[in-house]
Amino acid sequence: MGFLFAENGINAVFEKWAEEYHVYAPKRMEGKGAFSDTDSVRYEEINKVEEIEFDLKSHFSFKDILLPMSETLFFFTEEQVKEADGPKKGAVILLRSCDLHAVRRLDEIYLKNGFEDYYYKRLRENVRFVLLGCKQAFENCFCVDMETNRADFYDASIEKDGDGYAVDNHYSDWEPLFLANSMEKKEVSPSYVTETEVRVEVPEGLSLDVSKSRMWDEYDKRCIDCGRCNYVCPTCTCFTMQDIFYTDNGKVGERRRVTASCMVNGYTDVAGGGSYRQKNGQRMRFKTLHKVYDFKKRFGYHMCVGCGRCDDACPEYISFSNIINKLKDAVAEVNDHDEK
Amino acid sequence: MDMNTKLLKKNAFRVTKERGITASRVRVPGGHLEAKYLSMIQNIADTYGNGTIHITSRQGFEIPGIKFEDMPRVNELLQPVIEGLNINQELPGGGYPAAGTRNITACIGNRVCPYACYDTTAFAQRIEKAVFPNDLHFKIALTGCPNDCAKVRMHDFGIMGMTEPQYDKDRCVNCEACVKACKKKSVNVLKTVNYKVERNEAKCIGCGECVLACPTGAWTRGSEKLYRLTLFGRTGKKNPRMGEDFIKWVDEESIIKIILNTYDYVNNYIDPEAPGGKEHIGYIVDRTGFEEFRKWALKDVKLPDMAEVYTPVYWKGIKY
Ligand code: SF4
Ligand code: SF4
Repeated sequence: MGFLFAENGINAVFEKWAEEYHVYAPKRMEGKGAFSDTDSVRYEEINKVEEIEFDLKSHFSFKDILLPMSETLFFFTEEQVKEADGPKKGAVILLRSCDLHAVRRLDEIYLKNGFEDYYYKRLRENVRFVLLGCKQAFENCFCVDMETNRADFYDASIEKDGDGYAVDNHYSDWEPLFLANSMEKKEVSPSYVTETEVRVEVPEGLSLDVSKSRMWDEYDKRCIDCGRCNYVCPTCTCFTMQDIFYTDNGKVGERRRVTASCMVNGYTDVAGGGSYRQKNGQRMRFKTLHKVYDFKKRFGYHMCVGCGRCDDACPEYISFSNIINKLKDAVAEVNDHDEK
Repeated sequence: MDMNTKLLKKNAFRVTKERGITASRVRVPGGHLEAKYLSMIQNIADTYGNGTIHITSRQGFEIPGIKFEDMPRVNELLQPVIEGLNINQELPGGGYPAAGTRNITACIGNRVCPYACYDTTAFAQRIEKAVFPNDLHFKIALTGCPNDCAKVRMHDFGIMGMTEPQYDKDRCVNCEACVKACKKKSVNVLKTVNYKVERNEAKCIGCGECVLACPTGAWTRGSEKLYRLTLFGRTGKKNPRMGEDFIKWVDEESIIKIILNTYDYVNNYIDPEAPGGKEHIGYIVDRTGFEEFRKWALKDVKLPDMAEVYTPVYWKGIKY
């Protein structure tokens, strides 16, 4: 059922939600961009609808909530292990269609890929998703080609409608709350984009052979292995473990799980001092094929959702959508080579 | 020919090597201006000058080859430039009211440069509003960050943008990009302890390299605009020297007050016999002692809590 809310009505809903949930949404953090006097749009806890950034793409994704960049899992002494407390409340996360599709990928990786990840599940179980409608595509978005521009598997949706807010509800428990605080019921279908300026085409006949293409070489020098493309990506899920001892020779400490990047030095380090993929072009190859080739082989759809945040974030102006589009020629190049 | 050269100079014209010929100096606080003013300056050069323009070492323009008798007409044509650049003026149409306090220069700042910690032009304009017109020979320069592209340490007042890095350990993934950037590009005051980063606050110069390097936004900039203020650098014949640190982590309000206080100090102590009424502040401070200067400069100044005042200050440089 759909509803139209005035600002105070929707804020009454947020207030009610706050009893049960942490509400997270993209928020403009003034002065928190890397350059002075620039802002950063990140996922933060909010209390009021005015705090939500409706008009910009967030620089970082909702992933920061479901997979915190640095999360303490448990504390240990020589004899005991104590699990870190999980959140006391559930969460409502407001996110766009591409990101909601990204949640599916995270679930696939953390819940359905052989075993369930305990810490992910603990957070994920009590999360409700509210879709932010997209009235137009942003720079670098290519969701339409990745088929993530629309989603109907939300608990509710929200977008601005004149001076008010249009909400569609799928979650019956919220129905009375919405009824009580809205101005009127009305048919609401969340906005979505049907075209993006950036187009991508993942070529037919892609295989690991494309690894042999020379297309990767240019990234040896262009890429500075900073990892921004991974950290902002809603579907990059790699992490590393850190055991911290509180005192120099102490035996008490904690274990943390920390986001890792396949583009950054150290990612492929293995015990004994070895390391694979030293060259940045080869790291790019690994990342690209994971996003648009081998994940699909396993799960039947691409990992990349086409949010374009990697393009937005890259300080070296390396465009991931452009890399996808270069694959076609690369396939031809390696086939050619094999024929000769 | 009769000409009061004192008045001519005060009006921002110059006595040149050619008799009867002057040059007009246009001040551009912060060194940034709307392009439309260039055609006005061109028009003056073509109409009353010799068709050339010199870009001055203080980011202004000097229009040479102007006849003494054309100065009033040049001043008329300068009026929209003076108004447009928001220069304090006493008599509309009368040109610049003073020339002693020089144009306030600035690097390009955060309107363009990623390193800059603030809008250098805007702060330069704010200072210009507070100090101009004044006949005393003061040189003020601003630079966006400790790279000091504007060479502010060669000026009486050098203003250097700083950023107080804020660290969110929960966003830190221990990639060490900040530690490496600080070590290779700055002063090496970050180190990794237990997979997180520690900053030596006393040694940090606030350049912001960590913020620029951090891929996760764990480092961000402090919300307050803070600066390093350096004093009494100078070129010149007797004892050219670099400006020395006076205050680290000082705010805009205090900087302006300190500069205004320094005008009072100079008015009180300047050598009345100084040739042309010009005595460089640094030489006055050499005479009165730094303590006396400091007393005047910090009068009624409320520094931010984190400000660090260096005292006493000693200058080096080359002595002839
Ligand atoms: S953001 Fe750009 S430079 Fe940084 S690792 Fe990714 S592709 Fe390389
Ligand atoms: S650059 Fe950022 S994420 Fe990397 S170690 Fe420094 S603070 Fe942590």
